[in-house]
Amino acid sequence: MTAEGGVQYSKIAEIKGPLVVVDDVENAAFDELVEIETTEGERRLGKVLEVGNGKAIVQVFEGTTGLSISGTNAKFVGKVMEMPVSKEVLGRVFDGLGRPKDGLPDPIADKFVDINGEPMNPEQREYPKDFIQTGVSVIDGLMTLVRGQKLPIFSGSGMSHNLLAAQIARQASVVGKQDDFAVVFAAIGVQYSEAEYFRRSLEESGALKRSVLFLNTADDPAIERIITPRVALTVAEYLAFELGMHVLVVITDMTNYAEALREISAAREEVPGRKGYPGYLYTDLSTLYERAGKLNGRKGSVTQVPILSMPSDDITHPIPDLTGYITEGQIVVGRDLFRQGVYPPINILSSLSRLMKDGIGEGSTRDDHSEVSNQVYDAYSRSQEVRALAGIVGKAGLTEIDLKYLELGDTFEKEFLTQATDENRTIEETLTLMWKIVSKLPKNEITKIKDKHVEKYYQEE
Amino acid sequence: MAAQGRIVWVSGPAVRADGMSDAKMYETVTVGNSKLVGEVIRLTGDVAFIQVYESTSGLKPGEPVVGTGNPLSVLLGPGIIGQLYDGIQRPLRELSKASGSFIGRGITTSAVDMTKKYHFVPTVSNGDEVAAGNIIGTIQETDLIEHSIMLSPDHKGGKLSNLVSEGDYDLETVLATTEKDGQSVDVKMYHKWPVRKPRPYNKRHDPTVPLLTGQRVIDTFFPIAKGGTGSIPGAFGTGKTVTLHQIAKWADSQVVVYIGCGERGNEMTEVLVEFPHLKDPRSGKPLMDRTVLVANTSNMPVAAREASIYTGVTIAEYYRDMGKDVVLVADSTSRWAESLREMSGRLEEMPAEEGYPSYLASRLAEFYERAGRVQAAGSPDRNGSVTLIGAVSPSGGDFTEPVTTHTMRFIKTFWALDAKLAYSRHYPSINWMNSYSGYLADIAKWWSENISEDWFNIRSETYGILQREDTLKEIVRLLGPEALPDEEKLILEVARMIKIGLLQQNSFDDVDTYCSPEKQFKLMKLLVDFYNKGQQALKEGAALSDVRELGVVSILLKARIDIKDDEMPKLEQLEKDMHEQFKSISGVKVSN
Repeated sequence: MTAEGGVQYSKIAEIKGPLVVVDDVENAAFDELVEIETTEGERRLGKVLEVGNGKAIVQVFEGTTGLSISGTNAKFVGKVMEMPVSKEVLGRVFDGLGRPKDGLPDPIADKFVDINGEPMNPEQREYPKDFIQTGVSVIDGLMTLVRGQKLPIFSGSGMSHNLLAAQIARQASVVGKQDDFAVVFAAIGVQYSEAEYFRRSLEESGALKRSVLFLNTADDPAIERIITPRVALTVAEYLAFELGMHVLVVITDMTNYAEALREISAAREEVPGRKGYPGYLYTDLSTLYERAGKLNGRKGSVTQVPILSMPSDDITHPIPDLTGYITEGQIVVGRDLFRQGVYPPINILSSLSRLMKDGIGEGSTRDDHSEVSNQVYDAYSRSQEVRALAGIVGKAGLTEIDLKYLELGDTFEKEFLTQATDENRTIEETLTLMWKIVSKLPKNEITKIKDKHVEKYYQEE
Repeated sequence: MAAQGRIVWVSGPAVRADGMSDAKMYETVTVGNSKLVGEVIRLTGDVAFIQVYESTSGLKPGEPVVGTGNPLSVLLGPGIIGQLYDGIQRPLRELSKASGSFIGRGITTSAVDMTKKYHFVPTVSNGDEVAAGNIIGTIQETDLIEHSIMLSPDHKGGKLSNLVSEGDYDLETVLATTEKDGQSVDVKMYHKWPVRKPRPYNKRHDPTVPLLTGQRVIDTFFPIAKGGTGSIPGAFGTGKTVTLHQIAKWADSQVVVYIGCGERGNEMTEVLVEFPHLKDPRSGKPLMDRTVLVANTSNMPVAAREASIYTGVTIAEYYRDMGKDVVLVADSTSRWAESLREMSGRLEEMPAEEGYPSYLASRLAEFYERAGRVQAAGSPDRNGSVTLIGAVSPSGGDFTEPVTTHTMRFIKTFWALDAKLAYSRHYPSINWMNSYSGYLADIAKWWSENISEDWFNIRSETYGILQREDTLKEIVRLLGPEALPDEEKLILEVARMIKIGLLQQNSFDDVDTYCSPEKQFKLMKLLVDFYNKGQQALKEGAALSDVRELGVVSILLKARIDIKDDEMPKLEQLEKDMHEQFKSISGVKVSN
């Protein structure tokens, strides 16, 4: 993995954007870690993007501001970038490159791990099917999260995605044995206050000592953001697969990551794909998201809840679009619901959990869960159509059954969806609420639930 | 003479090496000290441009590059079925033995177990004249697959000698030799074939037999023929993968090749976990006994993703040549196109639309042209087929993007997935207005001979109701449903029943996941009968609410789930009940 040979110094020939071109390179390897040393003795880190014909193109994580061609040296370290890992990282705060930010010394490393990780062998994966109770009804009931899943939150600027992510992290950690649960939080280019909110929320719930934080805030170098999720996931994999912990990884905001990637691609003058993002954005994102999962014969799991803000709330924008193709579903935060003051403002119709079907049912939640959730989706979707129709023809133009759907939609939003940020509902409470919604319908409208379940759970008025 | 060069430049999966003047285009090479697998994709002077199928992290200029003299090939022989391969036919099970839970690099393994013994039964005799493609004997590969041992399609032919007698042999045993022009050639259980070269056949047949998938919206409305081509485009979350899994599970083919091309790791795991427990509805044997998986997940090296499609289709053609019907499912061809785009970018080629290379269309055409129902080369006479079904993941769900538009030019069945349907949990979310099948006329004969002579007409009638509903919906949107006369309201009502009772199908329900063609037809006919009887009842003065509230309605809606394939008499009874109930409402009105 690491290149042999090792240390050598070279002169810098060109600086453009986040890249430096190093001349007279003899023994550099692709992906190798580079230390850039300025005349003032300042050291910055980078990695080799391209090497050949005596030249190496190096991406500098801390940015190139203040670098000069004369006097600056590049040192090829002889290995790829690695993150020191051990159990002692729990409770610590690191910067975006994995260096301590809490004033404490470096944790004593158990080992050093390549931050790029290696792809999991699909044959060695264990199919995720352990239900995680988040205590948020709409998630547990309609888009169930399971251990080892990657389920992003698609949001927009200014909405309450951080509240939601923090609530999930707090409440999901309460159930099960405390000991084997950990939270890894990676802030990528977010405001300091957002990162601080998350930290405080973990602290208040007592989960901070079981957490690892990586903070690259908005004023930190943009190119560092390429590294932040990778060091975070490297630590998560170590905690999960070496120490057997169930790790929840929250990454916010992936949009900033993709923008850093675009900046490098533009500096390299690559042919762009859609909206100027590089053609390999999908592949690059997958090397992060696919690091979620469970492995045969190992105890732990890595569950990812990445957050991304959709530019102009556009779900077809390349970042949410390519993310949705990789992740196992998505939780979509809706602007309309947010404006109405609903929390959590989740638009269930465009949200989905692909692994839900295997995480629910008899033995984990309840045997009627899948059917009642299908019926709620179907009914709420119909209620939205009726609502649109009512806006045009008025309630008078609606049939009797349409009016029932209209009422159902209101009950759904007011009683089921709406929930306090510290309200932790059990799955039984959630299912009872779902039956309350379904029971707004006459029995002959219930087409997705088997008769035996209707008999058992239908709530007669 | 194998080329021996040195790396001069590395950038991601792309490597340039000099001293490569002996290299051939598309030759496989080993790259660097860790012997990574690569393929030559451009030659300029003595500089070869190589795409590397493994991660190039840590690779340096100066390291050696060695040619193998051979193009990228797959090993074709018994032992392929049930395997999970990566994009260049390395078994992932073997890789995990070498490098654990994560995929290491530079590992060489054999595609199949060369030491496993199979019971060989010769079907020819010493002294027979044989030619390329001839079958010389059979072995039982799995409970479901009788595997024919064939001479390679590029075999020169000749007179057979030294044929072994019936017995157990491993793959390296020489089963026979052929003599021609003083040259003798050994014949073993396997041969190799370059993946980018279609395997030859005698002649092509028209695709006239439907590929039955047990999915109503596919088989009844937008059928695909054996040897045909189909494409299933859809934004994320529209159920592409579930639909493809359903086809892989229930299609009435003998072999299924499933390519996970740049998709999720857990999806391949799901197939691996689920298929051994699922029974083939026709033979009762585990589905894994007829399935081959090729997995190059999104986070695995991008160049091997490009190769995975060819690896899969070559394996499919091999089983076709035995006279089998093979279905190949590729999820997703968009990721394959992206790997082309990425390599093209590194080659600094002039890009066409959205950065894709200008040869995207011709590569897609070449791939889909490898589908077909054919008479295989060699004797005895046998017909086999390869049906190609490719998923497309259009960016932003936009069907006008290059991969979707180019794919549409080369396929005949188009299943358009619709995000709106998926959002309301109408699955499979195949939009009945935007989808089409070019095989309808070709396979109608099969349905009329095997299921019912009325099939074509009843199908048209059903589709007609859906079309009328589509136009009426516009009016409802503007004026509300109360603005329509009763007979048009009935159209809306029956269209809703068709959607719920016929088009929707729950792949996670034990009964509904597969629907026999007999049941498909009967359900459809019941709904059309309901419509015709309903219209007649309205004419005779019945109120719409009478029709709507007939007891038979809710039973019709749930019949797909409640009535099993082998309970057809229940559907007959339902028909009788329906007629009785209609009589009762018509009767009331007439007596008034």
